[in-house]
Amino acid sequence: MTIAERTAPIAAAGKSSGGGGLGRYILVRFLLIIPTVFILVTLVFFLMRVVGDPISASVGGRLTPDQLAARLAEAGYDRPVLVQYFEYIGQIFTGDFGRTLTDNREISEILVTYGTGTLELVFYALVVALVVGIPLGRFAAYHRDQIPDAALRIFAILCYATPVFFAALLLKLVFSVWLGWFPLGGRASTDTQLVLDRISGSSGINIIDALRTGRWDLISDVLSHAVLPAVALGLLTAGVFLRLVRTNLIGTLSMDYVDAARSRGVREGRLLRKHAYKPALIPIITVMGMQIALMLGGAILTETAFGWRGLGFQLAQYLGARDFVAVQGIVALLAVIVALTNFAVDVIAALIDPRVRY
Amino acid sequence: MSVPTNGAPAVSTPEPVADPVAHGEAAQREPRWKRLPVIWQLRRSVGLQRGMLIAGLVLCAMFILMAVFAPLIAPYGFNQLSDAEGNFPRQGAPSAQFWWGTTVGGYDVFSRVVWGAQTAVLTVLLAVLASIFLGIGLGLISGYLGGWLDRILVTIADAIYAFPSLLLAIVVSIVISGGESGFLSGILAAALSITVVFVPQYFRVVRAETVRLKSEPFVESARVLGASTPRILSRHVLRNATRSLPLIITLNASEAILTLAGLGFLGFGINPTAAAEWGYDLNRAISDVAGGIWWTGVFPGAAIVLLVLGITLVGESLNDLSDPRLRMRRRPARLPRKTATAMKGAA
Repeated sequence: MTIAERTAPIAAAGKSSGGGGLGRYILVRFLLIIPTVFILVTLVFFLMRVVGDPISASVGGRLTPDQLAARLAEAGYDRPVLVQYFEYIGQIFTGDFGRTLTDNREISEILVTYGTGTLELVFYALVVALVVGIPLGRFAAYHRDQIPDAALRIFAILCYATPVFFAALLLKLVFSVWLGWFPLGGRASTDTQLVLDRISGSSGINIIDALRTGRWDLISDVLSHAVLPAVALGLLTAGVFLRLVRTNLIGTLSMDYVDAARSRGVREGRLLRKHAYKPALIPIITVMGMQIALMLGGAILTETAFGWRGLGFQLAQYLGARDFVAVQGIVALLAVIVALTNFAVDVIAALIDPRVRY
Repeated sequence: MSVPTNGAPAVSTPEPVADPVAHGEAAQREPRWKRLPVIWQLRRSVGLQRGMLIAGLVLCAMFILMAVFAPLIAPYGFNQLSDAEGNFPRQGAPSAQFWWGTTVGGYDVFSRVVWGAQTAVLTVLLAVLASIFLGIGLGLISGYLGGWLDRILVTIADAIYAFPSLLLAIVVSIVISGGESGFLSGILAAALSITVVFVPQYFRVVRAETVRLKSEPFVESARVLGASTPRILSRHVLRNATRSLPLIITLNASEAILTLAGLGFLGFGINPTAAAEWGYDLNRAISDVAGGIWWTGVFPGAAIVLLVLGITLVGESLNDLSDPRLRMRRRPARLPRKTATAMKGAA
């Protein structure tokens, strides 16, 4: 139900291209990014201005009225809201998302510094989700309406019902504190991080840097830090993949070509593995795009729970410091990222499955 | 998808109302109560699906009772730090006096979990009611009138829908409470942030149904007879467009709890002195874990999981039962399964 709904807008977007070729579809889909980002940025801007200006919210209590007025005038918050709005939109189009109030850094610089951490985490989590979700989904479809299917269904619901930060807490408790297998948090130990940061042309993605050094101690340190966060965030999506694969597999199993194969005497197990499996995987790509938004939301909580220095961790820090300029900037930036990812996923889906284009 | 065409559509639909609040009062009328949502489905469910539905209902009922009778169940107040015998211990282990131990701030964990149910249930009620009214209203108008208004609303709804809901909730809660919340403003902030996220979902479902229904003969005949637009919408369209709502309501409710907890975990929810909130307690508990103190986090976390699990189980069963392909039947459903396994054994 949710999955069907989530794929609906993509299908609608495909239809609106009027059946031109792939190039036309990509162009139309690309142009659709603009209103999406525009609406979100506008919404966030006006919502944030309803509360008043960010400077009073952040440091208002600590300044005299005169000082406050001076700061406001300096930052341009004393002008009409509409003027500020158009200036803001103009800045965003040139890639300038503003500066943070508390530590006066450029928002785009924060993206470069911390975005890599989030990217790494989301990648690991996707791997976990696929590795857990797809085989289990196949298993559930194979044992449809039997006990394993029912148990996996409960498992999938539990994946959804457990907040990532509670999963994080449980994982830490069991695997770090009681068993001592994995570190409690962070992206790497301090020593490792120092080595990795000093590498010339450091990519910021720890595992790539560690692989480039070729030192096993660094690689294993980076990976052992990644296991628990990846599992916490990955399980959230694994449940979705599990159910998707199960439903699709059961769906493709009732297709005519599978019936034809069955009537030729192909065994049930082989039908499932060879005939019905691959077509059932295509929708995963589409859903993966919609999952990116969910995962980014989950990443904020996972990063906070594990002290994983990524965009979400940083966002939580600014939230705590009541730096709403930074919050607004990061949220706007994430809106762009989500829109671009969805676009990329749609294009990939269209390349793989020609039906999407029409 | 059986479409009633007799001009009095509400009579033939098995789910007359989608408003969960109305169920309690209507349950007294004997001939009608058996056809209410949930009860109607419960009566015709069998086997595993019935088990899921009952388990879900029991879990939900447990938390609702906990919320209503929190003052009687909880041994201490949610912000109580001491009693006649002196201050509560900090991070005290579970004992006879404190069944589930005490938190780092010195609160009783059991009491805070119980009071937390109240916060959660209130937030869910507010969020669901607000989303239903806004989402259905906008969906009906947008779908029925069409035109540029429809296009704009659809574009906005799609944009919001694709965005991480937690981020949106953060922004809205900044707007409503500036991040500092008392009991009511905190609940309101959480509920309204969830509303913003969920209005597009109701909107899309109701709009799609409305677009489909408005060309149905019974709507056209009502229009020919001279019924006003509000009357057509409320009498003929709305009552038929609410079929898939129970499922969305349960999704909405569980999402509401998770968002409330997420906001609380980021330190953006309700102040601990104003109300008990599970997400905030987990936020404080995450650093306790390093010292092996498990009771501050495990209990509020389990409460979130159980409540969301209960709601989701209800929603899933309702969805299965409303879909004839998924619904298990008393007799015939058994037969194909047996032959299927028999065939597998032979193969």
